[in-house]
Amino acid sequence: MDRVPVLKIGDILLVSIQIDMEDQVALQLQEDLADRIVATGCHGVIIDISALDIVDSFVGRTLATIAAVSRVLDAETVVVGMRPAVAITLVELGLQLPGIRTALNVELGMDLLARERGDDDGDDGDDVEGTDTPAVSTP
Amino acid sequence: MNERIEVTSDRDVVRVRQLVRTLAVAVKLSLVDQTKLVTAASELARNTLVYGGGGSVEVSPAENGRRKGIRIVFADNGPGIADLDLAFTDGYTTGGGLGLGLSGARRLVDEFDIVTAVGEGTTITVTKWCR
Repeated sequence: MDRVPVLKIGDILLVSIQIDMEDQVALQLQEDLADRIVATGCHGVIIDISALDIVDSFVGRTLATIAAVSRVLDAETVVVGMRPAVAITLVELGLQLPGIRTALNVELGMDLLARERGDDDGDDGDDVEGTDTPAVSTP
Repeated sequence: MNERIEVTSDRDVVRVRQLVRTLAVAVKLSLVDQTKLVTAASELARNTLVYGGGGSVEVSPAENGRRKGIRIVFADNGPGIADLDLAFTDGYTTGGGLGLGLSGARRLVDEFDIVTAVGEGTTITVTKWCR
C-alpha cells in the first residue's frame, strides 16, 4: 500500500499528497499524522492538496478528522493549494469542512500558522472582563 | 468503447476515478465538469462497494444530437434501498459516512436515474453533457 510522507520543518509537519489515495491510504495518513504530532510536539500541520484533481466526501471527511484530532493534540491544521475546480465541486457536493483552515499555498499556510501561534502567546485582542494588567508574553 | 470495471476493493474505486477522468477528457468536458463527474463517480463507486457489497461500473461515451457526454452505470446486487427519499436526504447515512454520497452525486451530474429493489440490488445511471 502507498503511504503519504510526513515531513517536519521546524514547528510544522508538512504533508503533500501527490497520489490518488485509496481510502485506506487516507486513513493511514490520519494515524501517521497523529503519531507524528505527539512524537515531535509540532504545533502546526500543513496539508498540500494542489496535486489532487478531486476531493470527494471521504477525503473531505478525512481532512476534517485530521484537523479535529490535531486540535486535540494542540496542533492547528491548514489545508493549502485547493484547485478552483475542486473548490467549486466541494461546495456543490455539499461538503463542509468544519474546523479546517485553508490557505492558497504552503507559504501563506505557514504565515497563517505563525500568526495564530503569535496571537496565542500574546494579547489576542479579546475583551476579557477584569483584566487591568497588560498581556505579557509567556517566555 | 464501453469500459467496465468490477468494483471489489478500494483500489477499484481509484481505477473508476482514473477511467472516468480519461474518458471525460477525451469527450472534452470542461475542467470543472470533469472534476464534478469524477467526484460523483467516486462517491457512487464507493457506495457500490460499501453498501452494495461490490458490483460493476460501466463507462461509455453518450451522444444526444450534437451534444457529447459521458454515461456511467453503477450496478450491484446488494440489499437495495428501502426508502429512497431518506437515502437522498443530505446527512443521512447508514454506513458512518457523511451522508452526502447519493445526494451530492446527484447535484454534480446532469441526469441521474436510480432503480432499486430491496433484496435485489441497485443500479444508478448518471450522465454529464458537454456544454
